[in-house]
Amino acid sequence: MKPPVFDYHDPRTVEEALKLLNDNAGECKVLSGGQSLMPLLNMRLVRPKVIIDINRIEGLNYVRPWEKGLAVGAGVPQQAIERDRQFADRFPILCEAARHIAHPQIRSRGTICGSVAHADPAAELPALVMALGAEMVAAGSNGTRTIPCDEFFVSFFTTSLLPNEILTEVRFPAPPEEMAWSFLEVSRRHGDFALVGVVAGLSLDQARKAITEARLVYFGVGPTPVRVKEAEQLLVGQAPGGTAFQAASDVVSKGLDPDNDLHASAEYRRSVAGTLTRRSLDQAWRKLGGN
Amino acid sequence: MARNRTIQLRVNGVDHEGTVEVRKTLSDFLREDLGLCGTNIGCEHGVCGACTILMNGETVRSCLLLAVQADGMELMTVEGLASPTGELHPIQQAFRDKHGLQCGFCTPGFLMTTYKLLQSNPNPSLEEIKEWLAGHLCRCTGYEDILESVKLAASRLRGENITAQTQPKSS
Repeated sequence: MKPPVFDYHDPRTVEEALKLLNDNAGECKVLSGGQSLMPLLNMRLVRPKVIIDINRIEGLNYVRPWEKGLAVGAGVPQQAIERDRQFADRFPILCEAARHIAHPQIRSRGTICGSVAHADPAAELPALVMALGAEMVAAGSNGTRTIPCDEFFVSFFTTSLLPNEILTEVRFPAPPEEMAWSFLEVSRRHGDFALVGVVAGLSLDQARKAITEARLVYFGVGPTPVRVKEAEQLLVGQAPGGTAFQAASDVVSKGLDPDNDLHASAEYRRSVAGTLTRRSLDQAWRKLGGN
Repeated sequence: MARNRTIQLRVNGVDHEGTVEVRKTLSDFLREDLGLCGTNIGCEHGVCGACTILMNGETVRSCLLLAVQADGMELMTVEGLASPTGELHPIQQAFRDKHGLQCGFCTPGFLMTTYKLLQSNPNPSLEEIKEWLAGHLCRCTGYEDILESVKLAASRLRGENITAQTQPKSS
Protein backbone atom coordinates (compact mmCIF):
# COMPACT_ATOMS: atom_id res chain seq x y z
CA MET A 1 0.00 0.00 0.00
CA LYS A 2 2.69 2.48 -0.91
CA PRO A 3 2.90 4.41 -4.17
CA PRO A 4 5.32 3.05 -6.78
CA VAL A 5 8.43 5.01 -7.69
CA PHE A 6 7.84 8.00 -9.94
CA ASP A 7 9.35 11.31 -10.87
CA TYR A 8 7.46 14.23 -9.38
CA HIS A 9 7.06 17.67 -10.89
CA ASP A 10 5.07 20.59 -9.58
CA PRO A 11 5.16 23.18 -12.35
CA ARG A 12 4.17 26.77 -11.70
CA THR A 13 2.49 27.44 -15.05
CA VAL A 14 0.15 25.58 -17.38
CA GLU A 15 2.72 25.93 -20.16
CA GLU A 16 5.35 24.21 -18.05
CA ALA A 17 2.90 21.44 -17.20
CA LEU A 18 2.04 20.95 -20.86
CA LYS A 19 5.69 20.71 -21.77
CA LEU A 20 6.22 18.03 -19.14
CA LEU A 21 3.15 16.22 -20.42
CA ASN A 22 4.49 16.34 -23.98
CA ASP A 23 8.01 15.29 -23.01
CA ASN A 24 6.68 12.25 -21.14
CA ALA A 25 3.87 11.34 -23.49
CA GLY A 26 1.77 8.45 -22.27
CA GLU A 27 3.72 7.97 -19.06
CA CYS A 28 2.23 10.74 -16.93
CA LYS A 29 -0.62 11.27 -14.59
CA VAL A 30 -1.78 14.76 -13.73
CA LEU A 31 -2.28 15.13 -9.99
CA SER A 32 -4.97 17.57 -8.94
CA GLY A 33 -6.89 16.95 -5.70
CA GLY A 34 -5.61 13.38 -5.72
CA GLN A 35 -8.66 11.89 -4.07
CA SER A 36 -8.97 9.30 -6.81
CA LEU A 37 -5.42 9.16 -8.11
CA MET A 38 -3.73 8.73 -4.73
CA PRO A 39 -5.75 5.60 -3.83
CA LEU A 40 -4.86 4.19 -7.26
CA LEU A 41 -1.19 4.95 -6.62
CA ASN A 42 -1.26 3.57 -3.08
CA MET A 43 -2.78 0.35 -4.36
CA ARG A 44 -0.43 0.41 -7.35
CA LEU A 45 -3.30 0.07 -9.75
CA VAL A 46 -1.59 2.78 -11.77
CA ARG A 47 2.16 3.10 -12.14
CA PRO A 48 2.91 6.31 -14.00
CA LYS A 49 6.56 7.15 -14.55
CA VAL A 50 5.88 10.83 -13.97
CA ILE A 51 3.46 12.70 -11.74
CA ILE A 52 2.64 16.27 -12.71
CA ASP A 53 1.16 18.01 -9.70
CA ILE A 54 -0.84 21.02 -10.89
CA ASN A 55 -1.65 22.28 -7.38
CA ARG A 56 1.08 24.90 -7.41
CA ILE A 57 0.06 26.48 -10.69
CA GLU A 58 -1.00 30.02 -9.90
CA GLY A 59 -4.25 31.22 -11.34
CA LEU A 60 -6.22 27.99 -11.62
CA ASN A 61 -8.14 28.47 -8.39
CA TYR A 62 -10.99 30.66 -9.60
CA VAL A 63 -14.75 30.62 -9.91
CA ARG A 64 -15.80 33.47 -12.14
CA PRO A 65 -18.73 34.60 -14.19
CA TRP A 66 -18.72 33.43 -17.76
CA GLU A 67 -21.05 34.83 -20.41
CA LYS A 68 -23.46 31.88 -20.09
CA GLY A 69 -22.90 31.00 -16.44
CA LEU A 70 -19.86 30.14 -14.35
CA ALA A 71 -16.31 29.12 -15.20
CA VAL A 72 -14.51 26.91 -12.69
CA GLY A 73 -10.73 26.55 -12.80
CA ALA A 74 -8.86 23.28 -12.32
CA GLY A 75 -7.65 24.28 -8.87
CA VAL A 76 -11.11 24.69 -7.33
CA PRO A 77 -11.93 22.15 -4.63
CA GLN A 78 -15.36 20.57 -4.50
CA GLN A 79 -16.12 22.27 -1.19
CA ALA A 80 -16.22 25.58 -3.08
CA ILE A 81 -19.68 24.57 -4.28
CA GLU A 82 -20.85 24.73 -0.65
CA ARG A 83 -18.97 27.91 0.17
CA ASP A 84 -18.88 30.18 -2.88
CA ARG A 85 -22.09 32.19 -3.20
CA GLN A 86 -21.82 32.16 -6.98
CA PHE A 87 -22.92 28.52 -7.00
CA ALA A 88 -25.82 29.04 -4.60
CA ASP A 89 -27.11 31.99 -6.61
CA ARG A 90 -27.33 30.30 -9.98
CA PHE A 91 -26.85 26.57 -9.50
CA PRO A 92 -29.02 25.32 -6.65
CA ILE A 93 -28.76 21.82 -8.15
CA LEU A 94 -24.96 21.81 -7.71
CA CYS A 95 -25.38 22.84 -4.06
CA GLU A 96 -28.02 20.18 -3.51
CA ALA A 97 -25.75 17.53 -5.01
CA ALA A 98 -22.49 18.66 -3.37
CA ARG A 99 -23.15 17.02 -0.02
CA HIS A 100 -23.40 13.66 -1.77
CA ILE A 101 -19.86 13.96 -3.16
CA ALA A 102 -17.87 11.79 -0.75
CA HIS A 103 -17.20 13.52 2.59
CA PRO A 104 -16.11 16.98 3.78
CA GLN A 105 -12.61 15.56 4.36
CA ILE A 106 -12.47 14.60 0.66
CA ARG A 107 -14.23 17.64 -0.78
CA SER A 108 -11.56 19.84 0.81
CA ARG A 109 -8.99 18.44 -1.62
CA GLY A 110 -10.88 16.79 -4.45
CA THR A 111 -11.41 19.22 -7.32
CA ILE A 112 -14.39 19.77 -9.56
CA CYS A 113 -12.31 19.52 -12.74
CA GLY A 114 -10.42 16.52 -11.40
CA SER A 115 -13.59 14.53 -10.84
CA VAL A 116 -14.80 15.42 -14.33
CA ALA A 117 -11.50 14.40 -15.92
CA HIS A 118 -11.36 11.18 -13.89
CA ALA A 119 -14.79 10.31 -15.36
CA ASP A 120 -15.89 7.71 -12.85
CA PRO A 121 -19.31 6.72 -14.17
CA ALA A 122 -20.68 6.42 -10.62
CA ALA A 123 -19.50 9.89 -9.59
CA GLU A 124 -21.80 12.84 -9.15
CA LEU A 125 -19.94 15.62 -10.97
CA PRO A 126 -19.78 14.02 -14.44
CA ALA A 127 -23.56 13.51 -14.29
CA LEU A 128 -24.04 17.14 -13.21
CA VAL A 129 -21.86 18.24 -16.11
CA MET A 130 -24.11 16.29 -18.49
CA ALA A 131 -27.33 17.54 -16.92
CA LEU A 132 -26.28 21.18 -17.05
CA GLY A 133 -24.73 20.89 -20.50
CA ALA A 134 -21.32 22.09 -19.32
CA GLU A 135 -18.32 22.43 -21.58
CA MET A 136 -14.75 21.50 -20.86
CA VAL A 137 -11.71 23.62 -21.70
CA ALA A 138 -8.68 21.52 -22.61
CA ALA A 139 -5.25 23.09 -22.81
CA GLY A 140 -2.75 21.43 -25.12
CA SER A 141 0.57 22.44 -26.55
CA ASN A 142 -1.22 23.67 -29.68
CA GLY A 143 -3.58 25.88 -27.74
CA THR A 144 -6.89 25.34 -26.04
CA ARG A 145 -10.09 23.79 -27.31
CA THR A 146 -13.58 23.48 -25.90
CA ILE A 147 -15.25 20.10 -25.65
CA PRO A 148 -19.03 19.84 -25.24
CA CYS A 149 -20.18 17.38 -22.59
CA ASP A 150 -21.75 14.90 -25.02
CA GLU A 151 -18.36 14.49 -26.66
CA PHE A 152 -16.34 14.45 -23.45
CA PHE A 153 -17.23 11.21 -21.66
CA VAL A 154 -16.15 8.22 -23.74
CA SER A 155 -16.23 5.21 -21.43
CA PHE A 156 -15.27 4.04 -17.94
CA PHE A 157 -12.65 6.52 -16.68
CA THR A 158 -12.10 7.59 -20.27
CA THR A 159 -12.63 11.03 -21.78
CA SER A 160 -11.86 12.61 -25.11
CA LEU A 161 -8.98 14.55 -23.55
CA LEU A 162 -5.80 13.78 -25.48
CA PRO A 163 -2.79 12.39 -23.61
CA ASN A 164 -1.05 15.76 -23.93
CA GLU A 165 -3.99 17.86 -22.79
CA ILE A 166 -5.00 19.13 -19.36
CA LEU A 167 -8.54 20.01 -18.35
CA THR A 168 -8.08 23.56 -17.12
CA GLU A 169 -11.67 24.73 -16.77
CA VAL A 170 -15.25 23.53 -16.67
CA ARG A 171 -17.91 25.99 -17.79
CA PHE A 172 -21.38 25.52 -16.42
CA PRO A 173 -24.15 27.33 -18.33
CA ALA A 174 -26.80 28.60 -15.94
CA PRO A 175 -30.04 26.74 -16.52
CA PRO A 176 -33.23 28.72 -17.14
CA GLU A 177 -34.35 30.24 -13.86
CA GLU A 178 -37.79 28.69 -14.02
CA MET A 179 -36.30 25.20 -14.24
CA ALA A 180 -36.63 23.13 -11.05
CA TRP A 181 -34.13 20.41 -10.22
CA SER A 182 -33.81 17.32 -8.16
CA PHE A 183 -30.81 15.20 -7.27
CA LEU A 184 -31.30 11.72 -5.85
CA GLU A 185 -29.00 8.79 -5.37
CA VAL A 186 -29.08 5.39 -3.76
CA SER A 187 -25.86 4.29 -2.12
CA ARG A 188 -25.08 1.92 0.69
CA ARG A 189 -23.88 4.73 2.94
CA HIS A 190 -23.98 8.50 2.65
CA GLY A 191 -20.85 9.58 0.81
CA ASP A 192 -20.31 6.29 -1.00
CA PHE A 193 -20.36 6.09 -4.75
CA ALA A 194 -23.91 5.77 -6.00
CA LEU A 195 -25.37 2.44 -7.04
CA VAL A 196 -27.75 4.55 -9.08
CA GLY A 197 -28.27 8.28 -9.14
CA VAL A 198 -30.28 10.80 -11.12
CA VAL A 199 -30.16 14.48 -11.90
CA ALA A 200 -33.57 15.66 -13.07
CA GLY A 201 -34.69 19.06 -14.34
CA LEU A 202 -38.20 20.20 -15.15
CA SER A 203 -39.75 23.32 -16.71
CA LEU A 204 -43.44 24.07 -17.06
CA ASP A 205 -45.33 26.52 -19.24
CA GLN A 206 -46.72 29.72 -17.70
CA ALA A 207 -50.03 28.12 -16.82
CA ARG A 208 -48.13 25.27 -15.16
CA LYS A 209 -50.22 22.81 -17.12
CA ALA A 210 -47.65 21.35 -19.47
CA ILE A 211 -43.99 20.35 -19.33
CA THR A 212 -41.86 22.46 -21.64
CA GLU A 213 -38.46 20.92 -20.92
CA ALA A 214 -37.09 17.94 -19.03
CA ARG A 215 -33.56 16.80 -18.25
CA LEU A 216 -32.81 13.26 -17.04
CA VAL A 217 -29.24 12.13 -16.48
CA TYR A 218 -28.26 8.95 -14.65
CA PHE A 219 -25.03 7.77 -13.09
CA GLY A 220 -23.83 4.40 -11.87
CA VAL A 221 -25.71 2.70 -14.69
CA GLY A 222 -23.26 2.58 -17.58
CA PRO A 223 -19.75 3.35 -18.73
CA THR A 224 -20.48 7.11 -18.70
CA PRO A 225 -23.19 9.33 -17.26
CA VAL A 226 -26.29 8.52 -19.30
CA ARG A 227 -28.77 11.09 -20.54
CA VAL A 228 -32.08 9.47 -21.50
CA LYS A 229 -33.38 11.80 -24.17
CA GLU A 230 -36.22 9.49 -25.12
CA ALA A 231 -37.75 9.91 -21.67
CA GLU A 232 -37.12 13.67 -21.74
CA GLN A 233 -38.90 14.02 -25.06
CA LEU A 234 -41.78 11.89 -23.89
CA LEU A 235 -42.39 14.33 -21.04
CA VAL A 236 -42.46 17.48 -23.16
CA GLY A 237 -46.03 18.62 -23.80
CA GLN A 238 -47.46 16.32 -21.13
CA ALA A 239 -49.27 17.46 -18.01
CA PRO A 240 -46.93 17.12 -15.03
CA GLY A 241 -47.94 14.39 -12.63
CA GLY A 242 -48.02 10.70 -11.90
CA THR A 243 -49.06 9.45 -15.34
CA ALA A 244 -46.39 11.28 -17.28
CA PHE A 245 -43.72 10.57 -14.68
CA GLN A 246 -44.56 6.87 -14.66
CA ALA A 247 -44.35 6.73 -18.45
CA ALA A 248 -40.92 8.37 -18.33
CA SER A 249 -39.86 6.02 -15.59
CA ASP A 250 -40.81 2.99 -17.70
CA VAL A 251 -38.80 4.29 -20.63
CA VAL A 252 -35.79 4.80 -18.36
CA SER A 253 -35.99 1.34 -16.81
CA LYS A 254 -36.21 -0.26 -20.24
CA GLY A 255 -33.64 1.97 -21.88
CA LEU A 256 -30.76 1.65 -19.46
CA ASP A 257 -28.22 -1.11 -19.78
CA PRO A 258 -26.33 -1.21 -16.46
CA ASP A 259 -23.79 -3.82 -15.48
CA ASN A 260 -24.06 -6.49 -12.86
CA ASP A 261 -21.39 -6.09 -10.26
CA LEU A 262 -20.50 -6.90 -6.70
CA HIS A 263 -22.67 -4.10 -5.40
CA ALA A 264 -25.90 -4.51 -7.32
CA SER A 265 -27.44 -6.49 -10.15
CA ALA A 266 -28.37 -4.88 -13.44
CA GLU A 267 -32.02 -5.63 -12.78
CA TYR A 268 -31.89 -3.91 -9.41
CA ARG A 269 -30.22 -0.87 -10.93
CA ARG A 270 -32.86 -0.63 -13.67
CA SER A 271 -35.60 -0.86 -11.12
CA VAL A 272 -34.05 1.76 -8.85
CA ALA A 273 -33.48 4.07 -11.82
CA GLY A 274 -37.18 3.87 -12.60
CA THR A 275 -38.16 4.63 -9.03
CA LEU A 276 -35.71 7.51 -8.79
CA THR A 277 -37.08 8.91 -12.05
CA ARG A 278 -40.55 9.14 -10.58
CA ARG A 279 -39.36 10.54 -7.28
CA SER A 280 -37.03 13.11 -8.77
CA LEU A 281 -39.61 14.40 -11.26
CA ASP A 282 -42.12 14.57 -8.45
CA GLN A 283 -39.68 16.48 -6.30
CA ALA A 284 -38.88 18.93 -9.10
CA TRP A 285 -42.58 19.39 -9.78
CA ARG A 286 -43.28 20.14 -6.14
CA LYS A 287 -40.61 22.84 -6.23
CA LEU A 288 -42.65 24.37 -9.04
CA GLY A 289 -45.80 24.30 -6.93
CA GLY A 290 -47.19 20.92 -7.97
CA ASN A 291 -48.51 18.40 -5.52
CA MET B 1 16.31 12.62 -10.77
CA ALA B 2 13.42 14.25 -9.08
CA ARG B 3 12.91 11.46 -6.60
CA ASN B 4 13.91 13.18 -3.36
CA ARG B 5 13.03 16.59 -2.10
CA THR B 6 13.61 18.72 0.93
CA ILE B 7 10.46 20.16 2.37
CA GLN B 8 9.65 22.61 5.12
CA LEU B 9 6.40 22.65 6.97
CA ARG B 10 4.92 23.62 10.29
CA VAL B 11 3.19 20.97 12.38
CA ASN B 12 1.34 21.92 15.56
CA GLY B 13 3.21 25.20 15.62
CA VAL B 14 6.67 23.65 15.26
CA ASP B 15 8.76 24.13 12.11
CA HIS B 16 10.19 21.01 10.55
CA GLU B 17 12.44 20.29 7.62
CA GLY B 18 12.97 16.92 6.05
CA THR B 19 14.23 15.26 2.92
CA VAL B 20 11.74 12.78 1.56
CA GLU B 21 11.23 10.43 -1.28
CA VAL B 22 8.65 12.15 -3.49
CA ARG B 23 6.40 9.10 -3.39
CA LYS B 24 6.14 9.15 0.38
CA THR B 25 2.67 9.89 1.66
CA LEU B 26 2.16 12.65 4.18
CA SER B 27 0.83 10.16 6.73
CA ASP B 28 4.03 8.12 6.51
CA PHE B 29 6.13 11.27 6.74
CA LEU B 30 4.35 12.39 9.90
CA ARG B 31 4.83 9.00 11.54
CA GLU B 32 8.22 7.90 10.30
CA ASP B 33 10.12 11.12 9.80
CA LEU B 34 8.57 13.38 12.42
CA GLY B 35 7.72 10.65 14.93
CA LEU B 36 4.17 11.94 15.21
CA CYS B 37 2.53 8.53 15.47
CA GLY B 38 -0.80 9.86 16.71
CA THR B 39 -2.01 9.96 13.13
CA ASN B 40 -3.05 6.42 12.38
CA ILE B 41 -3.01 4.79 8.99
CA GLY B 42 -5.88 2.47 8.29
CA CYS B 43 -7.02 1.81 4.76
CA GLU B 44 -4.56 4.01 2.85
CA HIS B 45 -7.12 4.87 0.24
CA GLY B 46 -9.17 7.58 1.84
CA VAL B 47 -12.07 5.52 3.10
CA CYS B 48 -11.52 4.97 6.82
CA GLY B 49 -10.63 8.48 7.95
CA ALA B 50 -8.12 7.44 10.63
CA CYS B 51 -5.36 9.60 9.10
CA THR B 52 -7.44 12.79 8.94
CA ILE B 53 -5.50 15.90 9.93
CA LEU B 54 -5.84 19.62 9.30
CA MET B 55 -3.83 21.25 6.54
CA ASN B 56 -4.09 25.03 6.33
CA GLY B 57 -7.20 24.72 8.46
CA GLU B 58 -9.04 22.15 6.33
CA THR B 59 -9.61 18.50 7.14
CA VAL B 60 -7.66 16.29 4.76
CA ARG B 61 -6.74 12.64 4.44
CA SER B 62 -3.00 12.54 5.05
CA CYS B 63 -2.78 9.17 3.24
CA LEU B 64 -4.04 10.84 0.07
CA LEU B 65 -1.38 13.52 0.04
CA LEU B 66 2.26 13.25 -0.81
CA ALA B 67 4.57 14.70 1.80
CA VAL B 68 6.01 17.00 -0.87
CA GLN B 69 2.58 18.51 -1.34
CA ALA B 70 2.69 19.73 2.25
CA ASP B 71 5.82 21.80 1.58
CA GLY B 72 5.16 25.27 2.98
CA MET B 73 1.89 24.24 4.63
CA GLU B 74 0.68 24.48 8.17
CA LEU B 75 -0.57 21.22 9.67
CA MET B 76 -2.33 20.24 12.83
CA THR B 77 -2.37 16.65 14.02
CA VAL B 78 -3.94 14.99 17.04
CA GLU B 79 -0.77 15.76 18.99
CA GLY B 80 -1.69 19.42 18.68
CA LEU B 81 -4.95 19.08 20.59
CA ALA B 82 -3.88 18.60 24.21
CA SER B 83 -2.15 21.44 26.02
CA PRO B 84 1.65 21.24 26.37
CA THR B 85 1.14 20.34 30.02
CA GLY B 86 -0.82 17.29 28.99
CA GLU B 87 -4.27 18.54 29.83
CA LEU B 88 -6.73 17.03 27.40
CA HIS B 89 -8.54 19.21 24.90
CA PRO B 90 -12.26 19.49 25.73
CA ILE B 91 -13.01 17.32 22.69
CA GLN B 92 -10.66 14.62 23.94
CA GLN B 93 -12.09 14.90 27.44
CA ALA B 94 -15.61 14.53 26.07
CA PHE B 95 -14.64 11.40 24.12
CA ARG B 96 -13.16 10.01 27.30
CA ASP B 97 -16.17 10.89 29.42
CA LYS B 98 -18.70 9.51 26.95
CA HIS B 99 -16.78 6.38 25.98
CA GLY B 100 -16.37 7.68 22.44
CA LEU B 101 -13.60 5.17 21.86
CA GLN B 102 -12.68 1.63 22.64
CA CYS B 103 -9.54 0.50 20.82
CA GLY B 104 -8.81 4.10 19.84
CA PHE B 105 -7.42 3.43 16.40
CA CYS B 106 -9.93 5.60 14.56
CA THR B 107 -10.01 8.24 17.29
CA PRO B 108 -7.36 10.69 16.02
CA GLY B 109 -9.33 11.12 12.81
CA PHE B 110 -12.63 11.56 14.62
CA LEU B 111 -11.04 14.13 16.92
CA MET B 112 -9.61 16.19 14.08
CA THR B 113 -12.87 16.23 12.16
CA THR B 114 -14.76 17.13 15.34
CA TYR B 115 -12.26 19.94 15.94
CA LYS B 116 -12.91 21.38 12.49
CA LEU B 117 -16.66 20.86 12.70
CA LEU B 118 -17.01 22.63 16.04
CA GLN B 119 -14.69 25.40 14.95
CA SER B 120 -16.86 26.17 11.93
CA ASN B 121 -20.18 25.30 13.56
CA PRO B 122 -20.24 25.46 17.38
CA ASN B 123 -23.79 24.16 17.62
CA PRO B 124 -24.26 21.47 14.98
CA SER B 125 -27.45 19.47 14.68
CA LEU B 126 -27.31 15.71 15.05
CA GLU B 127 -27.71 15.43 11.27
CA GLU B 128 -24.78 17.75 10.69
CA ILE B 129 -22.60 15.81 13.11
CA LYS B 130 -23.51 12.58 11.34
CA GLU B 131 -22.74 14.02 7.94
CA TRP B 132 -19.28 15.14 9.05
CA LEU B 133 -18.47 11.94 10.88
CA ALA B 134 -19.69 9.79 7.98
CA GLY B 135 -16.18 10.18 6.59
CA HIS B 136 -14.83 8.05 9.44
CA LEU B 137 -15.14 4.38 10.23
CA CYS B 138 -15.14 2.97 13.75
CA ARG B 139 -15.44 -0.77 14.22
CA CYS B 140 -15.81 -0.76 18.03
CA THR B 141 -18.31 1.72 19.30
CA GLY B 142 -21.32 1.53 17.03
CA TYR B 143 -21.01 5.34 16.76
CA GLU B 144 -23.66 6.22 19.33
CA ASP B 145 -21.11 7.10 22.00
CA ILE B 146 -19.10 9.08 19.47
CA LEU B 147 -22.15 11.19 18.62
CA GLU B 148 -22.71 11.73 22.35
CA SER B 149 -19.07 12.72 22.75
CA VAL B 150 -19.30 15.32 20.00
CA LYS B 151 -22.50 16.74 21.47
CA LEU B 152 -20.88 16.98 24.88
CA ALA B 153 -17.74 18.56 23.47
CA ALA B 154 -19.86 21.09 21.59
CA SER B 155 -21.80 22.11 24.67
CA ARG B 156 -18.66 22.39 26.78
CA LEU B 157 -16.90 24.47 24.14
CA ARG B 158 -19.95 26.71 24.01
CA GLY B 159 -19.39 27.26 27.70
CA GLU B 160 -22.41 25.37 28.90
CA ASN B 161 -21.89 23.81 32.25
CA ILE B 162 -22.77 20.22 31.61
CA THR B 163 -21.26 17.46 33.64
CA ALA B 164 -20.77 14.24 31.82
CA GLN B 165 -23.04 11.48 32.80
CA THR B 166 -20.70 8.60 32.72
CA GLN B 167 -23.00 5.80 33.56
CA PRO B 168 -21.36 2.43 33.66
CA LYS B 169 -22.43 0.28 30.79
CA SER B 170 -24.53 -2.67 31.63
CA SER B 171 -23.16 -5.64 29.85
